Amino acid sequence: MAEGVRPRVKVPRSASAGDAITIKTLISHPMESGQRKDSDGNTIPRSIINRFTCEFNGESVVDVKMEPAISTNPYFEFEATVPEAGEFKFTWYDDDGSVYEETKAIEVG
Amino acid sequence: MDFTRRETMAIGGAALLVASLPRGAQAATVDELIAEFTGGADVADSGVELTAPEIAENGNTVPIEVSAESAEAIMVLAAGNPTPPVATFTFGPLAASHYASTRIRLAGTQDVIAVAKLSDGTFARTSKNVKVTIGGCGG
Repeated sequence: MAEGVRPRVKVPRSASAGDAITIKTLISHPMESGQRKDSDGNTIPRSIINRFTCEFNGESVVDVKMEPAISTNPYFEFEATVPEAGEFKFTWYDDDGSVYEETKAIEVG
Repeated sequence: MDFTRRETMAIGGAALLVASLPRGAQAATVDELIAEFTGGADVADSGVELTAPEIAENGNTVPIEVSAESAEAIMVLAAGNPTPPVATFTFGPLAASHYASTRIRLAGTQDVIAVAKLSDGTFARTSKNVKVTIGGCGG
């Protein structure tokens, strides 16, 4: 598991039903591309997050397949519709099998 | 279908060559990746938007934005990177606008390409040239 992986997500606390909200996510991760070499000339093996998903109450908002060309500390911004109060679930899948999760509740009012 | 001896040799040789290539050397070309994404369908020139800076000082983090009305999925490719695929965004039923923004690595000055699969089953593509001052592949 990559060291010090910490997801950060920005979701408004409340919205009106049917509103579109902007979600910003950032996760600290080196996203080692597998192209770099260390000081001895050995290739540093690839270690990236290869998939990111966002769901709201079990329904998909966005599903991103990620390749080594995504920058260190992957950042995503997208928009979601909020039909009712509930919970956003964010999941990152690491190459090494680790899964990082974060949830954010949102109220409708 | 009959093959002459010469043709058979050529096919066998080509197959052997492909099989013996190391995995990294098989990096699919941009055209192949697009064909795989679209299934060989025609690709229109409008219907998807890609926002990227004209000049990126640091190729390690180049902010890009893709959007397409009614897109089901958008694939982003960097034609000049050692491995061209960048990301594929698949939008679910709760995606409010088919828009996403992220940061990518670019090895050097090159075209960034976005191909969108629209909900009516057609495809659209666009590309944008980004000048990169310092490449982002650790070279």
